[in-house]
Amino acid sequence: MSVTREEVAKIAQLARIRMGEEDLDHLVPEFNNILTWVEQLGEVDTSGVEPMTAVIPQELRLRDDVIDADPKTGGGRQDDVLANAPVAEHGFYGVPKVIE
Amino acid sequence: MTNYRIQGATGEWEVVIGLEVHAQVTSNAKLFSGASTAFGAEPNTQVSLVDAAMPGMLPVPNRECIRQAVRTGMAIEAQINKWSRFDRKNYFYADLPQGYQISQLYHPIVGEGSLTIDADEKAGIPEDKVIGIERIHVEQDAGKLMHDQHPTMSYVDLNRTGVALMEIVSKPDMTSPAEAGAYVRKLRSILRYVGSCDGNMEEGSMRADVNVSVRKVGDTELGTRTETKNVNSVRFVMQVIEFEANRQVDVLEEGGSIDQETRLFDPGTGTTRTMRSKEDAHDYRYFPDPDLLPLELEDDFIEECKASLPELPDAKRARYENELGLTPYNARELTAEVETFARFETLLAETANALGKDEKKVATPVANWALSVAPGVIKSLGDEADASHATAARQAAILKMQDAGEISGGQAKEIFEIVLKEGREPDEIADTEGLKQVSDTGAIEAAIDAIIAANGDKVEEYRGGKDKLFGFFVGQTMKAMQGKANPAVVNQILKGKLG
Amino acid sequence: MTDFTQLGVREIRDGVAAGDFSAREVAEGFNAAVEAASALNAFIVATPEKALEAADAVDAARAAGETLGSMAGVPIGMKDLFATDGVQTTAASHILEGFTPRYESTVSAKLWEAGCGMLGKLNLDQFAMGSSNETSYFGNVASPWRKEGSNAAMSPGGSSGGSSSAVAARIAPAATGTDTGGSIRQPAAFTGICGIKPTYGRCSRWGVVAFASSLDQAGPMARSVEDCAIMLGAMAGFDPKDATSLDAPVPDWFGNLDADMRGKKVGIPKEYRMDGTSQEILDSWERGKEWLRDAGAEIVDVSLPHTKYALPAYYIVAPAEASSNLARYDGVRYGLRDLPEGSGLQDMYAATRAEGFGDEVKRRVMLGTYVLSAGFYDAYYTQAMKVRTLVQRDFDAAFAQCDVILAPTTPTASFPLNSLNDDPLTMYLNDVFAVPASLAGLPAMSVPATVTGDGLPLGLQLVGKAMDEQGVLNAGLAIEQRAGFTVKPEKWW
Ligand SMILES: [Mg+2]
Ligand SMILES: [Zn+2]
Repeated sequence: MSVTREEVAKIAQLARIRMGEEDLDHLVPEFNNILTWVEQLGEVDTSGVEPMTAVIPQELRLRDDVIDADPKTGGGRQDDVLANAPVAEHGFYGVPKVIE
Repeated sequence: MTNYRIQGATGEWEVVIGLEVHAQVTSNAKLFSGASTAFGAEPNTQVSLVDAAMPGMLPVPNRECIRQAVRTGMAIEAQINKWSRFDRKNYFYADLPQGYQISQLYHPIVGEGSLTIDADEKAGIPEDKVIGIERIHVEQDAGKLMHDQHPTMSYVDLNRTGVALMEIVSKPDMTSPAEAGAYVRKLRSILRYVGSCDGNMEEGSMRADVNVSVRKVGDTELGTRTETKNVNSVRFVMQVIEFEANRQVDVLEEGGSIDQETRLFDPGTGTTRTMRSKEDAHDYRYFPDPDLLPLELEDDFIEECKASLPELPDAKRARYENELGLTPYNARELTAEVETFARFETLLAETANALGKDEKKVATPVANWALSVAPGVIKSLGDEADASHATAARQAAILKMQDAGEISGGQAKEIFEIVLKEGREPDEIADTEGLKQVSDTGAIEAAIDAIIAANGDKVEEYRGGKDKLFGFFVGQTMKAMQGKANPAVVNQILKGKLG
Repeated sequence: MTDFTQLGVREIRDGVAAGDFSAREVAEGFNAAVEAASALNAFIVATPEKALEAADAVDAARAAGETLGSMAGVPIGMKDLFATDGVQTTAASHILEGFTPRYESTVSAKLWEAGCGMLGKLNLDQFAMGSSNETSYFGNVASPWRKEGSNAAMSPGGSSGGSSSAVAARIAPAATGTDTGGSIRQPAAFTGICGIKPTYGRCSRWGVVAFASSLDQAGPMARSVEDCAIMLGAMAGFDPKDATSLDAPVPDWFGNLDADMRGKKVGIPKEYRMDGTSQEILDSWERGKEWLRDAGAEIVDVSLPHTKYALPAYYIVAPAEASSNLARYDGVRYGLRDLPEGSGLQDMYAATRAEGFGDEVKRRVMLGTYVLSAGFYDAYYTQAMKVRTLVQRDFDAAFAQCDVILAPTTPTASFPLNSLNDDPLTMYLNDVFAVPASLAGLPAMSVPATVTGDGLPLGLQLVGKAMDEQGVLNAGLAIEQRAGFTVKPEKWW
């Protein structure tokens, strides 16, 4: 199956990657090459086969409902979560104004 | 069937409603991190590295959130899925740090269930109606955007990010704003009984996405629906439906068509409008979250969830009527809210104990006290009342004196007033404030003898057949006793003396 | 004066423990070597002060008579995919340039706990996507190896190319790597060193920049099997912060090393004889069999029928997970923000990600977005996950007949930098032998076997049953002892 230039542009929009005409010139043929190649998977008879759900069979562990039990996964660290922000003001992250 | 109809130029329309209610799960910590869920903290202070989606951060589920979802499922008699899984819903927005919401699409933890909304003639619900529930899944809440703090920027607060939500998806089984309102109220009541959500709609603990479509009466196919997001009160839910149904009928009557779209409700005007920020076509690219394994519920866990379920609203109401002998009205009023039945049941137990009687024997007076007498006194006192003084023990003491004929109904109220104002003990109040009935037959007999002696003519008339005069003698006696005589004793002695 | 840079992990820690030399001397030696090797471009940032600080702590602990950690006094390189508290962590991407985490990954924290010091943050393919270390925003990494008679810079492999280059060049005795579809084993093979990817879940992923969550595993890269065993022991262990972490005790892999293969069966998967595999690779595989037979093993033929489909399945699963894992790089909370004049939030995302991600990253994010999109999910993603089940079943069946599998690590030896750039598919084929074990989450190791006619290293791969790192290490040791791989790259940097 081959993907059109418009479709690639749409995927780029979905992935939030700005793409100019030149970028698309490169990407469209590459993308189609890779897709054609992965499509050989269609040859495999997978009827009755369950998709893998866990790489190593094990059960999902659940955490106790305790606040800040481990500081590494707890709250109360406003400085740390804002430290690397391109824009942080009054304890908030700043982003271009959104109109809902 | 409901009679909610919209009259259009071309005929009658009916409305079809489905609700997706997002209920915040009651837990200390977030669904996948250890940050607190408490409401109202300073911005970004209840945010862990996990919630801020720092590189390399991973989710680990909170057992309590899973447990509450399972208990909620049990409360709506739903299928509990022993094998479920978390999926990622991918989209870009400033309130979604990961770039995806961890949710459950393909294998939710709770499958089909239902709840019953109660008949309400006045609201156009002639009989009880079962509303189907499609599923309940567990997912992360998003953060909060503030748009009015800066001229060119929106501010992002991630305190809510990652708080556990249950999304409770109804079937499109509701056909009027009243039914939808009753559904939300009933659901809220169940959640609060179970303790899985505090139901606080003002703080956003419960929000509904309202799906509305219309069709001509008689049509079987569903019309195109709109989804109005994040409606946070029962009244607003009903307004959204009212507005959307009429808007859609207008559009269709004019030959237009309805877009399947997301809309926003404006509480100020009671109208809905297209949500601009969600305009672009959705493709959420759901897939199983590879950071998490399938969630498999052990039998022990499920058993514990079941065992910890309280008596639920419908069962409690039936028991109040059938076993306690309460009127349907009282039973409904007492079971509507968690606080109400909790207070009633405590008082009932306390009173039965104080009286050494079975709960069934005292249920009716306790119900009357709890529903009308006590609230009436509290209301009349206004700010003077300190409700914390009204302990179950004190109220039971009042009810006990009344039951024993030591005080009258009026005295009970007076004593309760003093309890509320001053926090004193009812027995002591009755003694020191002279708020006790006289049952001492000697005193009452003396008073009656004097009255008979002074009203010979009336005695004659009474004996001559003028029964109505009995009330006169009772009144005179009570007056003579300054209102403190036990009416039963007065009646008895009067009857004997008048012959 | 001893040239400490020629020493490996075990030699350093034993020497430090015995008082033959101080940890500071070792750290100074490696710091100098790192500084002198800038031509390799193996490090994105050097942290000599961190190496010294850790060394001094070890020397002080020893002086105080305290028990030393299993890697006390060993300075190491840290792949720049591991978050390091207070030290820039970039995943070799512009989008994370300047990002300084306030947290430490579990694996790196365990290594510091064991007494390691940090020489610096190692270069890699951007977001670990690549097999040649040519996708880093911070420039290509050069292998210390060159073809005989050529000055062309060679690829150190990828994505852990900074790690492989540094260890092979002896500017670090050991380094961390991560392996999603061969990113430890292929660079190890290209540079004549050892590297092991443990069973999925052995090493915590907490604090490691994610590429493909269901495949990513950290592991050690070092010059000997023994050093890998020591270092893996320090890295592995249950972490409650990672829901996929294995809650199992960490065996004493180093203490239980045993090259005696008597009673063991070694499986040779026939499907790994693929077109395009060089004769020298096939010859080294033959020698590998002989070495293991010599160690007492019985060689048996096994079949892994879905081998051919592993690589295309990987190129659906890994990009799909990556497209979602990399959504968080949006210019809001950390890293690059590109906000063109007058643009809104969504434009900011698109501009930031266009500016911040390299071409290979974009390619994979796009591919992953596509295979998950409406209408294609089942045909691509679900089918790939079913094939993954079949690949896993193949291994289950094979391991009913053997204890460990022997195969080449790569289909070719290293290649010159810039020789494959315009052909992503050919580049992907580098991992054709490595990917099946990744899909099945199995422990797998590359051990140097020999050099090609023009002087480039070749590796052999050992794949074990889930949780059987010991079996893999033991077979690796048997090969190492017989291969006599003592060649070193000639210093040109
Ligand atoms: Mg919804
Ligand atoms: Zn939802």
